[in-house]
Formats: sequence, C-alpha cells, structure tokens
Amino acid sequence: MEPVIEIRDLRKSYGAKVAVAGISLTIGRGEIFGILGPNGAGKTTTVECLAGLRQADGGTVRVLGVDPQRDPSAVRERLGIQLQESRLPPKLRVLEALRLYASFYADPADPEELLELLGLEEKRDTAFADLSGGQQQRLSIALALVGNPEVAILDELTTGLDPQARRDTWALIERVRATGVTIVLVTHFMDEAERLCDRLVIIDDGRVVAEGSPAELIRAQEHERAFRLRLPDGSPDSIPAVLATLPDVTSVEPDDGEYVVTGGHRVLPAAVLALAERDVVPEEIRTLSRSLEDVFVRVTGTPTHEEASA
Amino acid sequence: MTTLTARSGTRGMSTLTLAEARLFSRDFSSLFFALLFPTVLVLGIGFIIPGMRDTIADLPEPWLGLRPVDLMAPIAIATAMASVALMTLPVYLADYRHNGVLRRLSTTPMRPQGVLVAHVVINLVAVVAASLLALLAAALVFGTPVPDQPLLALGAFVLGTAAMFGIGLLIAARSPKGSAASGIGMLIYFPMLLFAGMWTPGPMMPESLANIATWTPLGAASQALMTAWFEGGFPAQQLLVMAGYVLVCYPLAARIFRWS
Repeated sequence: MEPVIEIRDLRKSYGAKVAVAGISLTIGRGEIFGILGPNGAGKTTTVECLAGLRQADGGTVRVLGVDPQRDPSAVRERLGIQLQESRLPPKLRVLEALRLYASFYADPADPEELLELLGLEEKRDTAFADLSGGQQQRLSIALALVGNPEVAILDELTTGLDPQARRDTWALIERVRATGVTIVLVTHFMDEAERLCDRLVIIDDGRVVAEGSPAELIRAQEHERAFRLRLPDGSPDSIPAVLATLPDVTSVEPDDGEYVVTGGHRVLPAAVLALAERDVVPEEIRTLSRSLEDVFVRVTGTPTHEEASA
Repeated sequence: MTTLTARSGTRGMSTLTLAEARLFSRDFSSLFFALLFPTVLVLGIGFIIPGMRDTIADLPEPWLGLRPVDLMAPIAIATAMASVALMTLPVYLADYRHNGVLRRLSTTPMRPQGVLVAHVVINLVAVVAASLLALLAAALVFGTPVPDQPLLALGAFVLGTAAMFGIGLLIAARSPKGSAASGIGMLIYFPMLLFAGMWTPGPMMPESLANIATWTPLGAASQALMTAWFEGGFPAQQLLVMAGYVLVCYPLAARIFRWS
C-alpha cells in the first residue's frame, strides 16, 4: 500500500483545551478512509493540519510526500478539500463557480464533465443560493475535485441532507473513488462510514481509540452478543435479576418495557433455558446485529444521535 | 497593484476579478450605492437646501459671484469615494469571511488575498465611474465648473481614494459579517460627509469645523479638491494628512485582517 497521507503523533491545543493529543494514521492510495468521532473529538483540527490551514504544536504530517505545515502551496494543487460550513457567494452560478475554481489550478478537470459526474447539468446556470441543500453539497464536492486532486478530503459531507440525497452522495463518492482519487471522509455518521470506508479510525478526545476496516472492528467484538426480550404480562418480577446472575449474561437493561440482554456467545440459549425452567415463555426475542454503531458507542462511550436513515 | 503573472498563487486572478465583477453587477444595492447614490445625494442637496442656487455675495474672491451648488463638484467626488469605500468594499469582504469563502479559497492554489485585490480593483472602477457620473450630473443640472488645476485635482482624487479605501479595508479586516461592516460603514459615512462639506461646501463651512475636517481623510480630500477647483495654491497639509492615513491604514489592515 503506497501511503499518500502519514500522520505521526500529531498534537494541537487551543489555549488550555487539547484538541488533538497524539494522533497517528496512514492512508493508502485509492482508499476511502474514514475519520470518525463524536463532535469535538479533534477531527476537523486534524483535517486542518493536513491541509496546512493550521500549524500543529507537534508531530509530523506528510501529504503526498510533502509537509503541508512547511510547504502548503506544494500540497494545494494536489489536495482537494470540501470544508464544513463553507459556502459560496449567493449569486454565483454553478458553472461559473466550477470555471472560477478550475482557473486556479495548473491542470484542472473539465467543469462540464464534473457537472455530469455530479448530476448538476440542469442546474448549471442556477445561483448557489437557489440550490437545494443536496445540490449545494454536490457543488461543494465538485469544487473539491475540480483541480484533479490525488486526494480529496470531505468533511461532514452528508450532514443536513435527506435520506435520498445521502444515498445519492454515497454513490457519487464511490464513482469518484473509481476514478483513482484517494478519499478521506470525516463523519460522525456510522452508517455512512460502514457503507463507504475501506478503513477508518475512531477518534475520541484527540486520540485514536479504534482502527481497522469496518468488518474488522465489528468482528473484534464478536464475542459479545445481545438480544431484546419481551416478557409476557404477569411473569415474576425476579426474572431480570435471575437472568443477570447467569454466567453467560453480562447485563440486563430495561428499555421501553423490554430488556436488552448482553453477554457471551452462549447468552441466548442460556437465557432461554433459564426462562423455560421457570415456565416463562417470552413474548418476543430479537437478536441484535452488531454494527459499527455498537463499536463506536463502546470505544467512545458516546451514543451517536442518528436521526437520518438507518 | 500586484502583477498578474500566471504562476501558482495568482493563476486565475483575471478570472476571479471578472467573476467578482459579475457578482457585483448582479447586486442591485451595491450597484446603486456605489454608482448612483453620490449623484442622487448631490442633486438632492442642490435642490432641497434653501439658498444653494443663490449667488454668493458675502464671501471674498474666488468665491464671490459663484453659487453654493457650483461648489458641489468636489463634494460629489468625495461622496463617491465615501460611498464605495464605506458601503460596498468592506461589506463584500466581511461577508466572504463570514460565509467561509476566504477559508475555502485558502485550500486552493489561489490565495484568499486574491479576492481582496479583485474587490479593490472593482471598487476602483466603481469610484471612478461614480465620480464621473456625479460630476457630469452636477455640470448638466447646476452648471458646475471644471477644475482650475486638473492635475492637482487628479492627485487629490488618487490620494483621497487610497485613504478612504484604507478605512474601508480596516473595517473589512475585523467585521465578523457583512451586516456588521455595513453598520460600521453607515456610522461613519454621514460624519465623513459632514466633514467633506456636503451641507456646508468649501468656504461655507464654519472655520472651527473646517479645522477639524482637515484631519479627517474625506475632509482633507474635499478641501484639497476645493483648492484644485477654485483656488490657486497647493494644499500641502491636506495631501499629507491623506498620505498619513494611507501609511497607517494599509499596514494595520494587513496586520489585523482575519481570513476565517
């Protein structure tokens, strides 16, 4: 794997607040690499150091073999960035914006081809302010790609989009990767990362707390199983406590009239057996599939607030 | 100004300037304030204030026999300088900071300073156009005369514009968004016009006020223009005051300018 981005022990503080406390990661050419973490974990600061927008306090950063802290201009031609909450002049039209940003680069992409790739052909003469949120986001991605970059960093790219627009954007990212661009995806959406990323890191409090492919990370907690249990009316109150004492069970949490039972890989048969011995027939049992979400909650201790599509 | 060579950092500078000029032309309020407001204000004052078109009888030469409206030509130019420097230039730049346009540009090979240069160029064109328009209107409507010392008038115009743009860039340097910049611009716009002699042109301004006005950028510009138009002599103090503002404002604005 040829590395295009290497970060070693990156550190950055704002006054007394430590934003990044020693992050290391390596991103290979052609990957879709995810940087995940709760709000305020240090994701954006890491990206800003990568782009040479911020001076790190310590550590080394190499982007395409160049130190962006020392020589940011050498990186700008080859790195495209879509920043969070960066807008365009409201009256700037789509094709004008693409042509304008294309003019800054030595070897830009064809704005017409980008319009097609991003499905914005019909909006070419529409002003930025008149675009929908999804269209603005797509234009923003197009601007990150207009310089024909080798690496594109996309920060929170589907925040605020409706479920259909999110799925369209995901398909777009995969098309872009197919053209050979390495993509760094900064997100706090687990489903997005699980769907798109080849590898990812989870950052919490300025540190890397988990690293690997989504499948690896999920498999790493395979020993843990969970299911939801609904007991029939009138079953003895002692049942949850009884289940909790079983050696295969680690926890029994009441949740919305049901119980979430977690434990080792034998947790389900052990619980069902214990219930049968007490002549309790569960109303409903649903096993819970493990997802990146569970990994995230476990390593960061932060529940993700995911209101978009699941 | 910067040289527009095609290398990284300035590549696309002409495309950027043209794109910004197009955006400027799509914005009705900036077009109105930059280009037409000086004319409207000068014509309005000339018509509404009583006595503006009566012959001056109580002042010595060179003013004797002129009408107050004749004195409006330099005021028209000063108004154009103030309108562009305070109303349009800082508002765009502050909005661009607020919306992250400057931050986005700083991720590309184009430097965000490019937008600043583009807007200074566009607003220079606007101030020249607005001045010519206001002069033309004043000449046609009131029959205001041409300057006695045209080269001095040009010099005072260049220096005055530079000083006023310096003030505009200072406002732009720290305003968190466009509405804040236009608020500050508005706040100093009318006092500036007062010092320029909008309501008491040239010799009609009370001496105590005129003495203060000399030390303000627009007052100095207006007085220097007034000298170039009607009086002989060389307004050294006024030109030095304007040069002083230039020397202070630009380095200071460059130092404190926030790019994000």
